[in-house]
Formats: sequence, C-alpha cells, structure tokens
Amino acid sequence: MIVAAVAFVAARAFAVDPTELPDPALQARYLALTHELRCMQCQNESLADSPVGLAADLRREVRDQLLAGRSDDQIRAWMSARYGDFILFRPRYSLRNAWLWGAPGVLLLIGALVCWRVVRGRARLLPGDHEPLEEDGPN
Amino acid sequence: MSRFLLPLGIFALLAVVLAIGIRHSPEKGVIASPLLGKPAPAFAVPNLSNPTGEVRSADLRGRWYLFNVWGTWCAGCREEHETLLQVHRAGVVPIIGLDWKDDDAQALDWLKQLGDPYQSVGTDHSGREAIEWGVYGAPETFLVNPQGIVVYKHIGALTPEAWTREILPRVSGRPAGTS
Repeated sequence: MIVAAVAFVAARAFAVDPTELPDPALQARYLALTHELRCMQCQNESLADSPVGLAADLRREVRDQLLAGRSDDQIRAWMSARYGDFILFRPRYSLRNAWLWGAPGVLLLIGALVCWRVVRGRARLLPGDHEPLEEDGPN
Repeated sequence: MSRFLLPLGIFALLAVVLAIGIRHSPEKGVIASPLLGKPAPAFAVPNLSNPTGEVRSADLRGRWYLFNVWGTWCAGCREEHETLLQVHRAGVVPIIGLDWKDDDAQALDWLKQLGDPYQSVGTDHSGREAIEWGVYGAPETFLVNPQGIVVYKHIGALTPEAWTREILPRVSGRPAGTS
C-alpha cells in the first residue's frame, strides 16, 4: 500500500522532472529544495513543477551543488545572491522581514485586546446583574 | 467620543502601514536585481563569431559596457534590436552580447540580416552564464561601470527612453533620471 502511494507520488513528479539522484538522502533534499525554490519565469510555480527551460537549468544547478556536497542553506544562499529573496517561497528570517513575520501576531494581539474590552463592556449589561450601573439610581 | 479614539487610531495606523506596503511593493512581474551595486559576474565564454576565441570580462576592465542577454527565439529581442543599433551607432558605450540558449548558426544569420550592434557576442548554450547574472527572461540588459560594478539593469526590450534617461546620464557622469 505504501509502495503504491510512493510510486504514485514519484510518478507524478516524473512528469516534469525525471531527475533521480543516486543517494536517497540527496534525492530527498533535491525534492525538498526544488519545491521550495520559485520558478522565476512563472513565479507561482516551484522549480519542481515548472516545465520551462530556466527551471530545468536551475534544477540542474541544485542537483550539481548537492552532488558537490553543498548544504541546503548554501544552495539557498547561492540562489538568493543571484535572484534575490523572491526565489525562496518561504522568505528567510531577517531584520527586514521581521515585521512581515511579526505583523500577524501583533495584529492578533490587538484584535484580542479589542475583543476583551468589548466583552468586558458587554458583561456589564447582562440581565440578572442586580448591581446598579451607577451610584445614583432611582432608589 | 473617546470610545472611538482607540479603534480609529488603530485603523489609521493600519492604513498608513498598508499604504507604505503598497507603495513599496515591486511592479508586478519586475523584480529588483540583487546584483545592483555589486560586482558583475566574471565570464569567459565562447565567441560566437570566432569558435576558438573567447569573450572575457577580464578584457573589459576599466571601461563602461552594456551586457545584453538575447536570443533569436525571443520576441522582445527583435523589438529592441533597432534601439541596440542606435546605441551602437552613438559610439558611447560598447554592447557585449550573450546569446542565451540559442543556435549559433541562427544567431549569426540574425546578425547578418538585421545588423550587428555588438562589440562581441558570447554564447551560453547551457544557461549557466545567464544564471550567474540572475537572468530569468530575455532580453535583459546590464550596465557595468569601469570598476566592474553593475549600476543599472533593464528588464525587457531596451527603449530609447531607457537609453537617454538611465544609461547615458550614468555613463556621462550626470545624475540619472534626467533626460
């Protein structure tokens, strides 16, 4: 069953990129990297999925560098030095990108704060709360 | 009134942040080159017109040059060819061509028929040289200064406006962006 599943996935990948590295560990890293790098000509496809010539050239580059013993980070850095950070589908964490990574969290905190204040305000209006809202009432 | 101050303040802050983000977002399809301000890649590629010779970056040290990546298969390259010829005739800065993923015979034929704006043309059959320059589509044109630094990159067909507003001023030492 697992063999069939693996064969199915491998067969799909075979359609665009038949590359098969001799070492399974290298092949796994190759697949990971080519899915993580953007095809700059198509921009929304990964190197793994793109049929254009530039993608094939860059895949060959990844393959050659893996065979030469480079690390994943070295290969990513090599690509970014030539094409910019845009070639990475997941932008690397850096001071410039810090606001990008932090903004959702900050916005979530602001939203939570607003929620809390609204709920707290609403809680004062619950019926069955016999305590008067203001000091001076009709009594 | 003070109830609205906090949400209004947050909204205003958000509007400012998003406006800044939109203003700074790159033009769709055009990506800033990480090569700008950095040394141009060194190259030594086969010479299109002379199979035993090479076109080398080492020979270009100490002078301005334009590095134009093109191919006979590329429509934009056909479009810009007249502009390249004009740049060549101006005689201010030489154009070094890189014939990218192309057929040598077809390239020679193309230059013979349409005119040759290049000081020399190197060939890149594997695509390896173009990758060094971060090329992702043809045509692309780079301006390299006498110190070997890439100071300007033009993506797409070169236009007379780009020549007069961006390239010529830099080569002549005037501030760019003026005509």
